[in-house]
Amino acid sequence: MSERREGLFSRAEEVLGLFRKGAEFTQELLRENERLRRELARVEAQQLAASDEHQWEKLRRELLSRIASLEGERSDMLERLRSVEDENRHFTERYIEIEEENNNLASLYVASFQLHSTLQLQEVLQIIVEIVINLIGAEVFAIYVLDEKTDALSAVASEGAVLSDFPVCHLGQGLIGGALASGETACADRGTRDDEVGEPIVAIPLRVQERPIGAIAIHRLLQQKAGFTPLDHELFTLLAGHAATAIFAARLYSQSERKLNTIQGFIDLLTK
Amino acid sequence: MDRHRILIVEDSPTMRQLLVFALKRLKDVDIVEAQDGMDGLRKVTSDHFDLALVDINMPVMDGLKLISLIRGEESLKSMPIVVITTEGAKEDRERALALGADEYLCKPIQASKVLQVAKSLLKVG
Repeated sequence: MSERREGLFSRAEEVLGLFRKGAEFTQELLRENERLRRELARVEAQQLAASDEHQWEKLRRELLSRIASLEGERSDMLERLRSVEDENRHFTERYIEIEEENNNLASLYVASFQLHSTLQLQEVLQIIVEIVINLIGAEVFAIYVLDEKTDALSAVASEGAVLSDFPVCHLGQGLIGGALASGETACADRGTRDDEVGEPIVAIPLRVQERPIGAIAIHRLLQQKAGFTPLDHELFTLLAGHAATAIFAARLYSQSERKLNTIQGFIDLLTK
Repeated sequence: MDRHRILIVEDSPTMRQLLVFALKRLKDVDIVEAQDGMDGLRKVTSDHFDLALVDINMPVMDGLKLISLIRGEESLKSMPIVVITTEGAKEDRERALALGADEYLCKPIQASKVLQVAKSLLKVG
């Protein structure tokens, strides 16, 4: 009897379990149904909006306005980019100019420094030769010094040809004499590689204030040098003043040294 | 960072000063000057250099002889050499490059060009 009752309880438990599962499944179905109804309502609302001409027009206007604003921004950006590029180009050009100016100043500084680094005439002449070769790029040239008594200009240092190849000229005559008399650098109207050691292609007067000292006559440039640059003209101006001063000072120093030695000799003679 | 050592072999004091002027714009650089090829050879074999600038026409020993002697030394084979000269002919350039020069610059030189070549050979920015 009790076994039968236990069997009935067990069956009742199983039936109850089935009911519980059925109730859970129903709850789940209700939740899903609710979600689907909400989704359907959203889609219906969208469809309603899409079919509304007024809404579409509003949206279109908004989009067009946004596109116009973006176009404006784009053109502003392009304008800014162009302005930055212009600025950049300007800075690059200025940098190149400053770099060139810096190079030129370095050459002028070195030339000036070297010219005034000695009081020995031969060393001064050698420095002028070095400047004309290395900084100007001349292959054949001579340095002339004026004899104030005869007004004759004779070559005292040269490069590319022996001294005797450079003819003596006179103050006021020819390109060299004319340049020295006028105090202005004279350029001949011909090429930069004349083989003749006759008239030079450029004559640079060497003067201390108004007093003529000599000249530098360039007859030919190095083969890689096509012509004179703005720096060369700056160097001509520098040489015109500083080389003249250096030669003048060296000659004065040499004369004073000689006089000092003579006087010293006399004093030594008198005091012995 | 190691300092770069540069040797200038040039008989003209004017050119030496101009080259020193140009190269001093490099950072961390020591510059040593030699006044002819023999002086240059003495210095390059007794000390370490990262770059040598060599003139061609010099008293005692010319630049081409110096370059051939440098390239003959095993320890100096890789040292970059820049020739700075008045000789602008194509055959002079080819001769110097064949002897082992890395660059050939003709006078009159621009300080900026020397600097640019030195930077490139020393691989500095």
